[in-house]
Amino acid sequence: MTDSILFARMEAHPADSHTLARYEATGGYAALRKALAMPPEEVIAEVKASNIRGRGGAGFPTGVKWGFLPPDIRPRYLVVNADESEPGTFKDRQLLERDPHQLVEGIVISAYALDVEHAFVYVRGEYPRPARRLQRAVDEARAAGYLGRDVLGTGRNIEITVHLGAGAYICGEETALLNSLEGKRGEPRIKPPFPAIAGLYAKPTIVNNVETLSNVPWIVANGGAAYDAIGPEGSRGTRLFSLSGHVERPGNYEIVMGMSWRDLIFGLGGGIRSGKQLKCWIPGGASAPWFVPALHLDEPVTIDDTGRLGSMLGSGAVVVMDETTNVVAAALSVVRFFAHESCGECTPCREGTSWLQRILERILGGAGRPADLDLLLDVSDNISPGLRWPPAMTTICPLGPSVVSPITSIMSHFRDEVAAMIPGAVTAGV
Amino acid sequence: MSETVSITIDGRTVAVPAGQLLIKAAEDAGTYIPRFCWHSRMKPVGMCRMCLIEVEGPRGTLLTTSCTMPVTEGMVVHTKSEVVRKAQEGVLEFLLINHPLDCPVCDRGGECPLQDQTLAHGPGESRFVEEKRHFPKPIPINDLVLLDRERCILCARCTRFSEEISGDPLIEFVDRGNHTQVNTFPDEPFASYFSGNTVQICPVGALTATPYRFRARPWDLEAVESTCAGCAVGCRVSVQAAQNEVVRLLGVDVGATNQGWLCDKGRFGFEYLRAPGRLSTPLVRGEDGELREATWGEALDRAASGLAAVLSEHGPAAIAGIGGARSTNEEAYAFGKLLRSVIGTGSLDARVGDGLDAALAVGGTGRIDDLERAKTILVWAPDLKEELPVLHLRVRRAATELGATLIVVHPRRTGLDPDADHVVHYRPGDGFSVLDRLRAGADDLAPVAAALAAGPVVAIVGRTGLTEPPDLASAVAEFAASLPGAAVLPVTRRGNLYGALDMGLAPTLLPGRASAEDEAARAALADAWGSPVPAPGRDADGILQGLADGSVKALVLLGADPAADHPDRASAEAAVAAAGFVVSFDLFLNDSNRGADVVLPVEGFSEVEGTMTNLEGRVQKVNRIVPGPGLSRPAVEALDDLAARLGRSLGGGADAMAKEIALAAPAYAGITWEALDWGRGRDGMIATLAGGAAAPAPAVFQRSVAPAEGMALHLARVLYDEGTMTLAGPAFAPLIKAAMLHLHSDDATRLGLAEGSTAVLTGSRGSTELAWTRDDSLAPGTAYLPFGLGVSVGAAVSVTVAPGDGSGER
Ligand SMILES: Cc1cc2nc3c(=O)[nH]c(=O)nc-3n(C[C@H](O)[C@H](O)[C@H](O)COP(=O)(O)O)c2cc1C
Ligand code: SF4
Ligand code: SF4
Ligand code: SF4
Ligand code: FES
Repeated sequence: MTDSILFARMEAHPADSHTLARYEATGGYAALRKALAMPPEEVIAEVKASNIRGRGGAGFPTGVKWGFLPPDIRPRYLVVNADESEPGTFKDRQLLERDPHQLVEGIVISAYALDVEHAFVYVRGEYPRPARRLQRAVDEARAAGYLGRDVLGTGRNIEITVHLGAGAYICGEETALLNSLEGKRGEPRIKPPFPAIAGLYAKPTIVNNVETLSNVPWIVANGGAAYDAIGPEGSRGTRLFSLSGHVERPGNYEIVMGMSWRDLIFGLGGGIRSGKQLKCWIPGGASAPWFVPALHLDEPVTIDDTGRLGSMLGSGAVVVMDETTNVVAAALSVVRFFAHESCGECTPCREGTSWLQRILERILGGAGRPADLDLLLDVSDNISPGLRWPPAMTTICPLGPSVVSPITSIMSHFRDEVAAMIPGAVTAGV
Repeated sequence: MSETVSITIDGRTVAVPAGQLLIKAAEDAGTYIPRFCWHSRMKPVGMCRMCLIEVEGPRGTLLTTSCTMPVTEGMVVHTKSEVVRKAQEGVLEFLLINHPLDCPVCDRGGECPLQDQTLAHGPGESRFVEEKRHFPKPIPINDLVLLDRERCILCARCTRFSEEISGDPLIEFVDRGNHTQVNTFPDEPFASYFSGNTVQICPVGALTATPYRFRARPWDLEAVESTCAGCAVGCRVSVQAAQNEVVRLLGVDVGATNQGWLCDKGRFGFEYLRAPGRLSTPLVRGEDGELREATWGEALDRAASGLAAVLSEHGPAAIAGIGGARSTNEEAYAFGKLLRSVIGTGSLDARVGDGLDAALAVGGTGRIDDLERAKTILVWAPDLKEELPVLHLRVRRAATELGATLIVVHPRRTGLDPDADHVVHYRPGDGFSVLDRLRAGADDLAPVAAALAAGPVVAIVGRTGLTEPPDLASAVAEFAASLPGAAVLPVTRRGNLYGALDMGLAPTLLPGRASAEDEAARAALADAWGSPVPAPGRDADGILQGLADGSVKALVLLGADPAADHPDRASAEAAVAAAGFVVSFDLFLNDSNRGADVVLPVEGFSEVEGTMTNLEGRVQKVNRIVPGPGLSRPAVEALDDLAARLGRSLGGGADAMAKEIALAAPAYAGITWEALDWGRGRDGMIATLAGGAAAPAPAVFQRSVAPAEGMALHLARVLYDEGTMTLAGPAFAPLIKAAMLHLHSDDATRLGLAEGSTAVLTGSRGSTELAWTRDDSLAPGTAYLPFGLGVSVGAAVSVTVAPGDGSGER
């Protein structure tokens, strides 16, 4: 059994894993040669068989998404989401910086399989170095004939354009990303139509995350079945987690899913810093509802279990908070982030996120009112009716409901702590 | 009948058109879903979230926006569930937390959807205790429109209008999140001929128009539906008045014509009605040679005796009439009847040298709405954006939204060029050779000819400029009529020119498109009128010629100002000045009637009831909502009183004329006020003549050629010229630009014109020195001068241009 797919090369060759020479010397681009010898449908079939689910946040099965492309419309585009802006997430950065050829090979194989001639990589604006590394890899690969005109003599043309974003979180949302790529305001589009039907320049478009596509060379080299054999059902393959916060050993970890949160935080992460107690953690990026030790520590780290418990693995960002954490302040910092990043297109998010921010600020400043406890939840409910996860939305995109996650988290797990900060509010034993 | 699907709304199953948006389908089925951002004439954006409803689906009910959701068979929708109610109230509360709630001083107060929704569903008190968002308010975004960003609910109606509908995307969202605001770019005003539409469709009071701001409260307004008289498109409007003054015009959504839009000139032009120079008393020329105030009785007596004297001394042919193109059909009809039947002259014209051949004007086969189905559109006409603005919007929609191939042929760039698939610019005078080459599919025009082979073709045909002879338009129309599935729309600008021609205000035409050359038609009309109908006399150019050479002695003007309207202004002015006796029915004193013997103040737009006929032959009602100022009277009554003094009444007022038109004008049979006001004619009724147009087209076209020497002059109107409507309306004053001579760069270089210097333009009527600018959309060898901006060098085809020294600059 393999437990490192994506990080294997960079761990073995930390000095030069990003170069073409090292990549080729460690078996790189063999998967591409293999794929080019297969009919495109077979490559798609391998990806389907792998049961890999998208690593960008929603966990959508990649093979199924690829199957949505209408058969007879050209051109089609492939867009790689390297916007990685979810607070606490820094895994794609490592892939871009340390093993960019793995991604390039994944893109070329996918483009071949999907009959795409032009792929775009939208890199987060604050990632100039990863973008440079990727660009260099693209240039090297082109010079070596792995992309560009007549890829490896097959007659197929596949081009990759690396595009640097302008610094808005919302441009990680796939349709806002497409707008931004087209030179428009970075605002989400109304779905449907989904990008697979009408995406970039209204053409059928597949949007996939960096990590998702970085797995493709391995899947093609080893077969979809081999990938499907790794990890529990519904969470196949390995997965990158960005562990941060009050742990002893923060960093990116590639794990086979199915281990417990305890193993992740206390095993790999080395436990809570300075011997403090674990208070709570965000299991999958700032949008995700929080977990607490009493309820969740021994639950398995899988997509479906985390969903069943009302949260998500999302972008794989695990943010750990110890007992010293002021949860209202912690919630405020997440809420402030979303209020700042709201694109402003739809009313509930534009108005609601900053309203919630201001209520929390007031509470922290000692000017909370008892009515604020209900108000926080009711305003949240007007953004995300029913306060469930995955959320119902009054908004256009999930950014709005994301602001609600920290609110419902502190109100369901730490209500008394919040109430204690409000003069005159009654604590209820929660 | 299009396909329908059945959907269930709140337990009620209804059949609705397949694919329609749920919000619209529900509304048509009697369930109104509240909304702010959705507008039926623009693409949905789903931004305000007010229209949230629940739709049952395979994975439970989905809360979603009804303005973005097309209906599908079997769809089950809940618009009043608890979840929906709470979501909608939540959205409303979000919209209100930062809203200034300055309703008492807001123009929209009383007709504001936000206010209405709040009354219906809103929270009783605010749960928002923080400081609201603040912006400096209001800021002008152009000379007509102000923006209050605190009131704005960011629905994107204004930005979508400017991008999708008018194509002037200079009003945009800037910033993001809670700081998102509508704005224009620094130093770039929202330059649009259509900006007033954004005020009308803004669901709150964020956009206000300077002419209406603080003028009235909605509950004090009276309103009547009418038709804009600003140009020949005939947009439907709601005219709104307070305290006997028109204060606002709103577009009415008539699918066949304006689809709800108006141009700014039409929308804000009403201000001229109360402009300081508006005539309110009859004037007669006194002993001292000056015009002085008089009673109606005295003035009419003077008019009648003056005309009678000419009649008895020189006969009816010495009297002529010009005008009617700005009047109602009833007024035009009464004018024609006075001239032909009472006075007995056949010299009358509603065109003032700037019209089309009468046969072409009344012979159109197209409808504006044909554009919706057109495969190919040929516009070989005036710049529609400048002269027929809302028709420009309709063509633009067909090209950008409906996928029609657009071909524009014009001496220089027009407002449609950015959306055109093929653009042909030619030197004025070369039109006939362009047409020959197009017909032959020659050389560079082969792709254009190929595009024209794909029908249905809608051809919009008119004179591209005032130096272009009407024959070219007739020849283009003849060519266009042979194209596959052709619908030809002959266009010219003036408000009711089509109606005036239909009422017989051309020497060759009798009321109802009958030919005046046709003895039988004349006899039939003579029968109806009980008086002989004279044979065709002079047209406008002939009349002016006759005045100049003394063969025409007396002139009757009905809302006409030949000295300003005629392409060759100076000649026209001299001709009118030479007239022995002039009677003018008008709203203002102008260059033509300042020297008149009698000036009779008449009522105008929104002051009289009647009909007008637009460029497609659509007859529409205009209605009265305010009285004219002072002693002004309806023109029909004044014409009738004059006729009575000349021996025979015309038979009554406007309503009587309307009844007579329906009898005497064959193409107007059955078009009655009743039908237009209450019956099937709410959106107008098309006047048609069984057997086609009566007036014969010229057998041989007079072919123009570009001048061999000098520069070819292109003289064309702009929207904001120094016309009565624009000059008298304070709103437009800043929008009237100084005339500039436009030249191709090569010519400027060849002529040695330095950047920023002036040029001396010499035409058939003298020279003028003015600023010049590069315009490489012109063919080399062409000089373009905007018409109606005070600079006139005559209408000769050929002019010369030389460097100026600044001494003669205006
Ligand atoms: C507000 C918001 C932000 C997002 N940001 C990112 C991002 O930074 N990177 C990313 O890969 N996906 C992001 N996503 C998810 C993308 O919309 C999309 O689902 C994903 O790129 C698809 O790739 P996958 O199928 O490979 O996961 C975001 C989604 C939302 C709603
Ligand atoms: S939810 Fe927020 S980020 Fe998403 S579209 Fe609406 S305003 Fe923009
Ligand atoms: S100004 Fe009016 S129309 Fe424009 S976005 Fe604001 S509310 Fe909407
Ligand atoms: S396009 Fe013509 S009819 Fe329509 S509003 Fe403007 S001036 Fe009036
Ligand atoms: S009307 Fe549907 S979202 Fe605004």
